[in-house]
Formats: sequence, structure tokens, C-alpha cells
Amino acid sequence: MQLETLVLKFQEKDEKAFEKLYNMYSESMHGVIYNIVRDHDIAQEVMQDVFIKAWHKSDSYNSKKGRFFTWILNISRNAAIDKTRSKSFKNSSKNLSSDYFVDIIPTQDDLNTSTDAIGIAKYVGKLAEKCKKVIDLLYFKGYTQKEASETLEIPIGTIKTHNRNCIKELRELVLN
Amino acid sequence: MEKEQYIASGILELYVAGSLTEAENEEVLSMMQKHPEVLQEVLDIEAAVIKLTKAAAPKNKISFKTILDKLKGTDSQNNVVTLNNKPKNNWYNYTGWAAALILGGGLLWMNNQNNTLENKITEIQTEKDFFETQIEDLNSDLADSKQIINVFRDKDVISVPLAGQAVFPEAYAKAYWNKDNKTVYLDLAGLPEPPEGKVYQVWSLTLNPLTPTSLGTIDNFISDDNKIFSLENTNESQAFGITLEPAGGSVSPTLEQLYTLGVVEKTS
Repeated sequence: MQLETLVLKFQEKDEKAFEKLYNMYSESMHGVIYNIVRDHDIAQEVMQDVFIKAWHKSDSYNSKKGRFFTWILNISRNAAIDKTRSKSFKNSSKNLSSDYFVDIIPTQDDLNTSTDAIGIAKYVGKLAEKCKKVIDLLYFKGYTQKEASETLEIPIGTIKTHNRNCIKELRELVLN
Repeated sequence: MEKEQYIASGILELYVAGSLTEAENEEVLSMMQKHPEVLQEVLDIEAAVIKLTKAAAPKNKISFKTILDKLKGTDSQNNVVTLNNKPKNNWYNYTGWAAALILGGGLLWMNNQNNTLENKITEIQTEKDFFETQIEDLNSDLADSKQIINVFRDKDVISVPLAGQAVFPEAYAKAYWNKDNKTVYLDLAGLPEPPEGKVYQVWSLTLNPLTPTSLGTIDNFISDDNKIFSLENTNESQAFGITLEPAGGSVSPTLEQLYTLGVVEKTS
């Protein structure tokens, strides 16, 4: 089924369509959320909330606003960031400032991980350090170009091409 | 823009990241609809990002059934909560709307007041400009008058009354001659307005033999308010005369049109 049709059916509250979309994106969202909250239980909780919210607010998605993936990615990042700002979260005193997604991609030594992830881990390690950072900020953390340029201390005008090169590198590593 | 260039710009990567503006998002969408290559590029980028983010997920997966159960649970829960909250929500609603109305009304009123005040300012500004012009005019009049007084007061000035002549006996004029600066000031308030096409011409005369020398014509007689005119006079004048001449003046005076005449009294 075409993605467009699937999304449309989902917006019409079709549970089957919802299930398909869930299977397509839930793990990715789980990864994004976990990268931000760094707690298995909290990540699970936030992930469930995200998909429940998506179901209730499905009307608010519009293809003019971007990809469906990007829409749900946005909800996930915001929900996770909101969680880190909540009182209960702060009380558990986590320091997340310097954590990049690379730290949580399972290593090859971890026998429980899926073969897919092992492959990724192998390749991600090959990404340039600067690429790991820019991908982390733009995709995992939802930074704007401006915020990313300030954090990475590179001119805002170069973020776009820099990121393009990094994604190119990533694509070569993971898709081929 | 060429689609290759568009793809190479890096905008599609940011599109998937969700860091574009609304307008840019719409632009990308229309490019994807026009060019299959652009769409394919976006799909590839998305696939790579999905794969990467997936790899970061913890291994404890949550089944869709968990979500579905929770969804049904919260749905019924939601209903109860909604019922309980209704009166409270409405009260908040009404207060909110009332506050918005009051605020809106207040803003309208302030905007209205502001407009009124701005109009008043413009009005007053115009009035002020008008008064300033008047003051300027008066100042300039006053300066003229002061100058005239100074001329008349000057002890070196020779005052020559010019009496009306046969053609217009009621006419009179006065000449104030300052030999030092070789200027003669003429007070012509006693002359009638010249008919159209005619001007007064002022003459300096020496008497034996009678020799007239033109000092000039008074071209702006009608428009001048105080009817005081100054002319250069380098002659050893013994008398002054004023005749009515055709516009532009004449070489020699038309004696039939001699309006006023006066002899310079010997003071020394």
C-alpha cells in the first residue's frame, strides 16, 4: 500500500493502517526518544504516549508540512525533551549534555542485538566525528540550523551542505 | 532551479530532519511531485535516517497491542474525565472569552484614541506652521519698516516733497535722497494706481537748462504694500519728477503726464 493511502486511512482512524505505520516507525522513534531520555522505562513510556498522541491528533498532520516520518519524529523529540524538563525527571538527576546517539548503538560484542543493528554500529563508527554530531543534533535532537551552527561552532550557511555530505556518507554505509 | 542542483543543495536532508520553514516544506513537496528524482532522493534519505534511528532503539520492543490496549483504556478514561471536567472547562472558557472581549474592546478603544490624538497632532502642527509663517512675514515686514525709519532718520537724507501737478493735482509723493549711498527712496503712497500698460517713471532733473535723467521705472507699484521704493541716483539732482509712461519706460519724460514734481532745497 502506498504511504499516502496508509496515512489517509490512519487519519480516518483505521487501526490496521495505524499498526502498519507503527511497525514502520516505532523502533526509530524508540531510538530517538531513548537517545534523549537515556532511561529504558521512561523511553518506553514516552514512546507509547507519542503514538497515542499521534492517533488522537492525526488530523493535525498534513503532507504540506512534510513527511509523515518527520511529523512523528517531531512529536517524539518534543515529547522526550518535555520529559527531560519535567520535575520527576530532573529529580533523577541525569546529565545528558554530552551524549550522542553513537554511544547507545549496541556494539558487536552485545549478542542480544539484532544483526541489523550490529551492521549499523560497525558503519556508524566510521562516520566522521563532525558527522556524528551534526546528525545527532538535526535528526535525533531536532535542533534548528541556527542552534546546530551555534552548538557546533560552524557557520550557519555551511550546516546544509555539511549535513548533506554526512547523510551521503551515512547512506553509503547503511543502504548499500 | 535545476533538480540536480536542488538535490545537491542539502535542502532535502533538512526536509527529512524537519528543520525547514513551512514555505520551504511546501516548496520541497511541489518539487517532489514534479520530479521523481527528488522524491526518490527524499525516500533514500528517510530510509537511511530510519535505519540509523532504529539502531539506537533499546532491544525491548513494545508491541502494537500494548499501544492499542492503552489507547482503548485512555479512550474510556478520557470520557470520564471529560464529563467531570465539563463545568469547570466551561467556566474557564467563558472567563477566557470575556477576558478576550474586554481586551479586544480595550485595544479597539485605545486604537481609536490613538487615531484621534494623531489627528489632533497633525491639526496643531498645521496651525503651528501657519503661525510660524505669519511670524516670519511679520518679522520681515518689521525689518523693512525699521529700515525705512532708519532711512528717514538719517541726518544726511534730503527730504524732497513732490507736489501734484495739473494732470492729477491731488497726487503727492516724497523723495528721500541719501547722497552718501547714492540712493533715493520714494514714498509713493499718494499716487493713484497706474492704469494697465502704464508705469511711473522717476526722473532726476537739473534746472538750467532743464535736463531730465531717468532713474528708472516703478514696475511693481501695485504689488508693493508700503509703496516705498528705492532707486539709485548718482546725479547732482536739483529736482525730482514722476511721469506716467508706457510700460518699459520712455527715453524722455512725457510732460503732459507729469504727476508730481519737487525741487531739492539748497541746504548748504
